[in-house]
This record gives sequence, structure tokens and C-alpha cells, in this order.
Amino acid sequence: MKKQLAVMFVLILGLFLVACGNEGGTTSTSDGEQASIGMVTDLGSVNDKSFNQSAWEGLQKLKEDHGYDVKYLEPQSDAEVEPSLLQFVNNKTDLTWATAATLEDAVKNIAETNPDAKLGIVDSALEGVANVVSVSFKENEGAFLAGVVAGTMTESDKVGFVGGMEIPVIQRFHAGFAAGVKAVNPDAEVLVNYVGAFNRVDMGKSAAATMYDAGVDIIFHASGGTGNGIFNEAQERFNAGKQVWVIGVDKDQSLEFGNDITLTSMMKYVDQAVYDISHEALTGQFPGGEVVRLGLNENGVGLADTSDINVSQEVLSKVEEYKEEIINGNIEVPETP
Amino acid sequence: MNAVAKHMKNRNILVPILATIIALVFGAIIMLIAGYNPVIAYQSLLNKVFGSAYDIGEVIRAIIPLLLSGFAVALANKAGLLNIGVDGQITIGAVASLLVGTLVDFPPIIHGFTALTVGVIAGGLWGVLIAYLKTRFTINEVISSIMLNYVALYLSHMLIRGIVPQEGSQRSALIQDSASISLNSLSELLNGARVHWGLFITPLIIFGFYYFFNKTRYGYETEVVGLNNHAAHYAGIKVNRIITRTMFISGAIGGLIGVFDTLGVYKYMAISTSTSGVGFDGVAIALLGGNTTIGTTLSGVLIGVLKYGSQGMQFGAGVPSEIIGMIISLIIFFVAAPGLVKKLLPNMEHTKKEVQ
Repeated sequence: MKKQLAVMFVLILGLFLVACGNEGGTTSTSDGEQASIGMVTDLGSVNDKSFNQSAWEGLQKLKEDHGYDVKYLEPQSDAEVEPSLLQFVNNKTDLTWATAATLEDAVKNIAETNPDAKLGIVDSALEGVANVVSVSFKENEGAFLAGVVAGTMTESDKVGFVGGMEIPVIQRFHAGFAAGVKAVNPDAEVLVNYVGAFNRVDMGKSAAATMYDAGVDIIFHASGGTGNGIFNEAQERFNAGKQVWVIGVDKDQSLEFGNDITLTSMMKYVDQAVYDISHEALTGQFPGGEVVRLGLNENGVGLADTSDINVSQEVLSKVEEYKEEIINGNIEVPETP
Repeated sequence: MNAVAKHMKNRNILVPILATIIALVFGAIIMLIAGYNPVIAYQSLLNKVFGSAYDIGEVIRAIIPLLLSGFAVALANKAGLLNIGVDGQITIGAVASLLVGTLVDFPPIIHGFTALTVGVIAGGLWGVLIAYLKTRFTINEVISSIMLNYVALYLSHMLIRGIVPQEGSQRSALIQDSASISLNSLSELLNGARVHWGLFITPLIIFGFYYFFNKTRYGYETEVVGLNNHAAHYAGIKVNRIITRTMFISGAIGGLIGVFDTLGVYKYMAISTSTSGVGFDGVAIALLGGNTTIGTTLSGVLIGVLKYGSQGMQFGAGVPSEIIGMIISLIIFFVAAPGLVKKLLPNMEHTKKEVQ
């Protein structure tokens, strides 16, 4: 009996010894004067294969290139968002990113009560807060090009759009996509479903199933992690011998989900934006109070480089024409559907 | 250890404590295997919880809903009811207080108090609905309460979008300042931590729970129904009335959680895709605490500290929040499987006799 207890004690003791032994080696707590950047995700995770991951990749690249100290926190509930941001702010992190529009209220609060802290927010047009830089993308321009591809390549004249939440950012995707489809194929019908969540793979899957069953052959999604369910559904149908397509979003999702089902991806270069603005901020040119707007012209959005695998050259040159028109201002892409 | 065992007169207290320790050790082993430093991790957990005035205030903010949820579940458990619908009662309480907080014009404090009362009653009535389904149609409360969670969730979406929407976002409009139940001066003292009336009301609820079951006839009746409702019926206790009453109080406590979040923490209500999950944490907390006043209080505090501190672990030692989720699950696992833990205990009892 005492033996069992003794064994437990030894176990615990040994554990702590081992742990203490590690202390000096692997985890060095002294980051010294190294500039530091923090990032708070929305309720998704940094592995969402979408915007959170893209932002995190931008930060990791900064670490590689410039040796900055980068960290992320994933709040598990709405209530944890402010404490997470404050964790960075109170630790004198040089720049703290919030990766999604849903964090806007929290960012504004923290920025106003901590005027010395520097914060950044992606997908928001938070203006006039001197210590916050907002990055806003002209998703409608990129989505227009995705719409051109979908409108040209659809065989059923039915395409679908799945949105995460019905908020301005996602409505820009929707509006641009619908406009692009109409521009090349006025007869095509665009089915729309806002599932109401960015982290519900199951809802993405059922939304996709409903659309494909209704005869849609190409779905464009702007729904973060929810979109993984759409790819999932498409893959199942592909395996069953039926060709359906998904147009990915934010990142080149063909790298993740393969070329069997990924037609193309509308890139939103969150990683590049986070990279550039962070570097500017840490080298003394923090664009605080500004909204940085990135469109086709600024190379903030576009189609993935791997598009030519499934999209023919003719379609791509058509895309190129429309791109020129948009940059020249001959075509004005709507922001709301 | 023997001395400790001697002082622990009640094995029931020893089991959860041991379960917690074993789970923390297991958590450390998992962290070691995954290549993280458990000492730094646990240190940063404590540092996150007690490190600053703000954190102390925020950990209280995090603990309050867990405590209340634990007691809401424990109360129903005492009457032999498994209320896993606390999430729905939270949602209903939140949306009711939101509507009163935004639409009505009252002077400060009175406004907050009115909104709070309405939210609490709404949560209670949502609980009564479950009791009604059970007593009138003998629908098992486990099924009805979990399904009503969804009804509550989507009802809240409808009410927020239809009555108090905020354009271009996934949340309601803000409540009026007069309906706020924040403790502003204390909050300033704690560097902006979101503390609210719950700081005073929660201890009252805990004391009320203790008083109800230890000093009143009503509490005794409730426990009798929980032990054997046929016997209770035979003894002349009106079982259905007690089920209804218990579910009202349980739901009201649930409603209170929603009220605190809406009027005290966020000042708005988000259109979220799922309910908060706090109600399910409450089931675990009540289980861990064995439905007792002290046990439920301690386990609520423990789970709250772990949940809030997990951010510190992520920050300080790079440990993913999934690991702390595993530790919490392990604690519950070891408590729910007392056989594993009790294997150690009989030995201790022998020791106790030897010592004496």
C-alpha cells in the first residue's frame, strides 16, 4: 500500500526533475530586445486552412526573415477575446493583430484604454483610432474574377455561393462573385447560402450537399473553416464518380484539397499584408489610424497561380481582360449584393 | 500523506482531490511527450490567474457563470433531474434581459434590476417548460432540455435580428447604459476587468443553496423526491409540484448567467452558431462537486481557473489550448471513474486504522 504511494511520489518528483532539466535548454524565456508580434484568432484556430492560418503564416515568415518573436492565442469563447488581446498588450508586445472582423469591438476597447499599444485588425474598416491599423481587402474585385471563371465553366448554368456570416466582408465576396458570373453568363443562376458560422464544418457540408443536389456544379465559398465541409462533400461526390467543383478562398486551397475538386482559389493575401504592415510598424512607420485597402491593383487579391491546372488558357485570358478593366476603372464591382 | 488521509474524514472529498492531482500529473506527462515544459506551463497558468489585478477580476468573471451553472445542475440533480438544458436557459435569460435592457427606458440601477429580474424569470419559465413536459407528458427531461437548447438558440437569433439588430454585424445593438450592471468603479480599480453584480449575487446563491437543503423543509422534500419519487409520493409529497419548482429555480439560476453576460460583460448579445456550452460545464462541475455546496463551489472555481489560465499556458509555454481541454476532461474522467482512484483509497483507510 505504501509502495503505491511511494511509486506515485517518485513519479511526480521524477517528472518535475525532468521538467526542470528542460528549462535551461529548449524553452528560453529571455527574448531580450527582440521585437515581438502577437496574434489573436477569431473563434477558429490557426490551422483553419483559411484566414487565421494565412495570417499566422505571414508572422512565421517574419520570424524566419527578421527573427521577430511571434506568438498566437486562440480564444475559446467570445469572453476570452479581450483578455487574450490584453495578454499581448500587457506584455509590451510591439504589435498585436486581430485576424477577423468579429474582433472589432474588442480591439477598439483595448486600443482606447491602452493608447501606447499598437494593434492591427484584418478585414475591418476601423477608422480614426490612432493606434489601430485596419486592413481591408477589396474582396469583391477578386471574387469577380472567380465569378468569371465559374460563369464561363458551369455546364448546368447554376453556381453556388456559401458565405460564413452575413457581414460586410463576406457580402463583398458574394457581390463580386455574382457580378462576375452575370458579366460572362447572364443566364446563370447564383444560389446563395449564408450558413452563419466560420467554424462549422458540418454546416458547410450540408450546405454543399443541398446545392449540388439542386444541380449546382461549381461552389465558391467564403466561410473559413466551414468551407472544409464543402470540399469534403465535393470529394465524396468525386469519389462516387460525379465531377463537381469548389472555388477555394483566402489561400490556394488546391494545395490542401487537391486538384480533383478545386477549380481555382480566390487568393486574399492576408499573409503578405500582415507581413508588410508588421514590418513597417516595427521599423518605425506604423500606419496607425489608417485603413489600408488592398485590391487587384495592389495585388491584395487575385486568383491562385495554380489555376491553369483546371482552368483553360482561354478562360484565364478572359479573366486577365476583366482584371485589366477593373484596374482601369472601366468596371466598377459592387460591394453589396 | 497518511496524516492527510486521517484528516480527510470524508472519502467523497478525497476522490475529486486525488482525481485532480492525477489529472494534472497526466497532463504534465502529455505535455512532456508533446515537447512542452510542464513546469513553465503550470507556472504560467498560475501567473495568468493571479498575475495582475486585471486577471484576478477577469478570472472572477470567468468563474461566476461556471459556479452558477454547477449549482443549477446540482439543484436539479438533488431532485433526481438531469438538467442539461442550462445552455438554453442561459440563452433565454440573456435575450429577455437584452430586450428589457435595450427597449425600455428606466433610471439606472432600477433599469438593471428590472432587466435582471425579467431575465431570471424567463430562464425559470424555460425550465418550467421542461418540467411541464415531464410531469404532463412524461417526456424525459434529458431529451426535452437538450432539444429546447436549440429552440432557445434560434429563438434568440430571431428576436435579435427582428427586434434589436445591429447592422453589419453578428450581434444585437448595445443595451442602454442605464441597464448596465457593471461595477464601474471596481472595474477601474481592476484595470478594466469586467466585474458585475454577480460578484455579490453569486455568493448569495451559493449560500441560498446551502440554506435551502440544510435548513428548510422545501429542500428536504426535494431531496426525498430525488432519492425515490414513488416513496415521496406515497409519503404525501406532491412530486410534480416539486419537480416544477425545482426546474424553475434551476432555470432561473441559468437565466441569471445569461443576464450577467449580457448586462454585465458584453452589453450586447452575439448571434452565435451554438450555445455557450457553459451548461454542459455545469454538469461536469456538479458531478465533480458531488452536488454538495462546498464541492460544487470548489470544482467551479477549479474549472474556471483552469479554463482562464489555459490562455496563460498557451502564451507562456506555447501549450495549445487543446491540452488544457484534455486535462479538464481527465479530471472529470477520473471523478466519473472513481474505481480507478479508489484503488488507492482503501489502503489509506488501513493506514488510518494503523495510525490510530
